[in-house]
Formats: sequence, C-alpha cells, structure tokens
Amino acid sequence: MRACVADDASKLARIVDDFPILRERTVRGRRLVYLDSAATSQKPQCVIDALVTYYSTYNANIHRGVYEIAERATDAFEGARGKVARFVNANPRELVWTRNTTEAINLVAHSWGGANIKPGDVILVTQLEHHSNLVPWQELAARTGARLTYVPVDDRGLHVLDDLDDLLDGVKLVALSHVSNTLGTIAPLDIIVPRAHAAGAVVLVDGAQAAPNMPVDVKALDVDFYAFSGHKMCAPTGIGALYGKRALLEAMPPFLTGGDMIRTVTYDGATYNDLPWKFEAGTSNIAGAIGFGAAVEYLSQIGMEWVREHERSLVSYAFERLRELEPRGLVVYGPRDPDLVADVISFNYADIHPHDLASILDGEGVCIRAGHHCTMPLMEKMGWPATARASFYIYNTRQDVDALIDALGKAAAIFKIDRAGAAGALGG
Amino acid sequence: MDDFYRDYILDHYRNPRNFGHLEHPDVVAEDTNPLCGDRIRMELLVDANGIVADVRFFGKGCAISQASASMLTETVKGRPLADVARLTKEAVLENVGIGISPARLKCAMLGLKVLKTAAVGQLASWPDED
Ligand SMILES: Cc1ncc(COP(=O)(O)O)c(C=O)c1O
Repeated sequence: MRACVADDASKLARIVDDFPILRERTVRGRRLVYLDSAATSQKPQCVIDALVTYYSTYNANIHRGVYEIAERATDAFEGARGKVARFVNANPRELVWTRNTTEAINLVAHSWGGANIKPGDVILVTQLEHHSNLVPWQELAARTGARLTYVPVDDRGLHVLDDLDDLLDGVKLVALSHVSNTLGTIAPLDIIVPRAHAAGAVVLVDGAQAAPNMPVDVKALDVDFYAFSGHKMCAPTGIGALYGKRALLEAMPPFLTGGDMIRTVTYDGATYNDLPWKFEAGTSNIAGAIGFGAAVEYLSQIGMEWVREHERSLVSYAFERLRELEPRGLVVYGPRDPDLVADVISFNYADIHPHDLASILDGEGVCIRAGHHCTMPLMEKMGWPATARASFYIYNTRQDVDALIDALGKAAAIFKIDRAGAAGALGG
Repeated sequence: MDDFYRDYILDHYRNPRNFGHLEHPDVVAEDTNPLCGDRIRMELLVDANGIVADVRFFGKGCAISQASASMLTETVKGRPLADVARLTKEAVLENVGIGISPARLKCAMLGLKVLKTAAVGQLASWPDED
C-alpha cells in the first residue's frame, strides 16, 4: 500500500498536471517547488473552471431570484454545501459557510460562547494551538470572566494526557486542533473527545490542517464543532465552513445579523432563518462556495485515504533525507514519526536563521515558510526563535523533497556550515 | 539573493560587533519586525558634547537584521547623536551592499529604525518607508 507503485506514479503525474501553476510556472528558469501548502494549497484547473463558469455564465445572487440564472446559482451554491457536508460526513443543515477557519471559530466563540460561558467557567485548549484557535478563547475568557487552561505538549510536540481527567474537571469547552500547523502532530481525538464529553464539555476541533490531508468524519469523531478552510484544500480563498451539531446550532443566537439570515422583519424586530442560513448574514461568497464544492469533489475522486498515504510516504522520505544532514547541524522538530505527523515538517539548519534559509531556497525555486507559524506561545515554550517549515500536499513528489535537500545543500555552502563548525542549531 | 550573503555579512552575523549591554546607557530603544519577529535593542552612551561615545546592540534574528545592526553600531560610534537621527536607509544599504530582496528590506532596516528611535527619543518610522 505504501510502496510507490507504477500506478501511484502515473496517478501523481496526472495530479501534478491538473495544477496549471505547477505545470507551467518557473522561478528563475527552475520548476516551481511548492512546499507551503499548509499556508495555502495550489488550485486545480477544475476549481478555477468552476469559478470562471459561474462568473461567465450564471452569475446572479442567490435564494430569492426567480429567473433562471439565479435559480442555477442557488442550486450550485446549495449543491456545493451538500458536497462539502458529505466530504466530512455532515448533514448540509449542519454546515455553515464562513470566510475561513478563523471566522468559524469566532462564530462559536461569540455565539455559543456568549450564551454559555459564565464567570469562573473553564475553557481548555492545548499548548500548540494556532493563534486562530487561541486568541478567540482568550478574548471570550476576558469578556466573560472565564479561565483558560492548557493541555501540555512534550518536547516532541505530542499531547501529554496523563492529567487529562483532572484538566477536564469542570470544563465547559475544549478547543483543539486536529493537526498542528507547526509540527504536524495529529491530536489523539479518539481519546480526548469521549473523555471531554464524559466530563460534560463541548468539543470544538480546528480542522484547518486535517480536512485537507486525511479522511474526516465528524460523526465518527463525535465532535460538536469542526472548523476548516477551503483555501488549504484546493478551493479559493475567502470560503470556509463550520460544522456544528444541529441541537447546538439551533440553540445558538445568530453571530452576524442582517439580510439573508432572517425569516421576517418588522419595525419592531426580526425572526431568524432556519439552519444553516441563520448564520449566513449578507451575500455569501457564492463563487467561493461553488469552488469549494468543486475542490472536495476533486479530492474525493483522488480519495482521501490515498492523500493520507501519499503524504505519509512523502513525510517519511523527507525525514529520511533530512537525517542525512543531521551531522551538519540540521534539527527536525516535532514527533518525527510519519504515523503521528500529517503534512508538516519543522526544522532548523545549524545557525542559519530560517528567514535566511527561506530566502536562499527561494533562489532555488523552493517555497518554504519561516517564522513562528502563528503559534508564538508554542515557539516560546519550546525555546525556538523561529523554524523553517516544509509542508506537502497531493501534488508533491519525491523529486520535490530532493529539490529541498539540494537547496539546503546550497544554503550550507553559502553559510559555510562545515567550516563555521556548525555553531549548533538555533533552538532546541 | 545568494550573493547577498557575502563573507563580511556572515562575519557580522556570527561575530556581531558591539554586542551586549552597557552598564549605564543614556538612551535605549527596542523594537521587533512584526513580519518575522526579529528583535533588536540599541543602547547608547552620549557624552557632554552630544557624541555617541559608546554603543551596544542586543538581538535575535536573521543574518540580515543582525549583521546590519552590527555594522550600524560601527557607523554611529563617535558620531553626533543628531547625525544618527538623520541617517537614512542609504546608510544601511551602503553597509550591507546590494542584492537584498524587497521582502527582506525590513530585516535590514530594523537596526536603523531602533537607532533612530533612540536618537530622536520617540518611535521612528521604517526608514524604507520614508
Ligand atoms: C491549525 C490552523 N488553524 C487555523 C488556521 C487559520 O486558517 P485561516 O487563516 O484560513 O482562517 C490555520 C491556517 O494557517 C491553521 O493551520
């Protein structure tokens, strides 16, 4: 299954061919090697086509139009909701369009949080959260007088669950990421979610890095809320989704108010629309939603099991190749186990600052990210000033990993790593 | 970009000049580059004639920000504080040489921004945006 059989190679070649930017783009005469999909993925032709077709053949506002193209736009918009809902095994009524993961989390923090979190309540997050799944809870706690506590992670970036039941005592909400965008750590949801529920807590999962990279079944995970972004999974920017259990969504007050989210309005007040439209005030990102639908259709054709296996195999190969550089001061952070890691590898190379590394790699056509990856508290806890991060997606190949290693060799030569005595890595 | 990392840049990165702290600085300023988190602190000793008698910088960050700050300390030592306040981005570019990419210009300018903040006594703007 994990071997790179001929069938896989031709499938991979076909996937690369679906992405115009990878097929055509060169950087200073070199092939573009894109290793930053955890920030945002590239877009396949079918998604680009879905946008172009909408704008060029049936562009209209949705829901109340009685003419043909308005009906077609409404069907495409709601059809896309059905596709994205099915992709994570949700009911379309339980799937709210948002701009992105961040907005989905803010929706819950304001609407559910405002109605349910009281002074003295406890909100439990983990030490490796993206700022998007941390700051909204800090703000909610500050607004309500609640307290924020943390599930610790160890030096490898793995969740420490020894004191989980104590941590869960009296907790109202647990918010955690399914996959860490800095270390790739896959959270043990199978352990945390049932125990959180047993303690009476509601569970929100930030799926920004998981939904693109592995099969996700919100029913099987039994999470209460699941937030994810289209742009990290082949869809356009500006469209994301929030799954919420129906009973919870029904009981929640609206987040934003205005057009579309109402049933009737009088001079004295308003009644709200049904789910999921109650949470979709104003004209939605219609094209984005249609593009998101096309994206999950595309990913489903590839098969999310295949995506997970492909990335596991790439990450495993990258670990192997990066190990060759360890004697010269390369340090890989995180679990370093392909079974525990999704799409991301964080590292530093001797005393080369990751921003310098990223600049030199850019000169070789290799795109990586450098910095704190929106997880400043985690970086501080680990004692890393910054890390370099390579992330992989469906269209990446072993040649891309080789290009990364070659470019790292170039950086080592420029920084004279051998001669400088590899002054130790920057952190950890 | 490759030819940006010349030997003298790497030398200033690995062996920063005037690195550390002054015991009794007259003026101190510190700032970060929000894009990448690079941090630089400048401490100046100013004598009765308004001359920068001594200077130290302290920081963490990429080779560009650290080398550029290190070279700047050499530029300003022995010069009137009023001159430091009037330094422009050209002073930095003269120090670090050519080849810096627009995306990394902020890294190079951080040290000067902090120095000017110290010299002017209030937060200075980014020298590359003036
Ligand atoms: C784990 C995680 N959570 C949240 C986000 C925020 O996603 P967005 O910027 O699409 O809202 C990201 C994206 O960087 C992420 O990786």
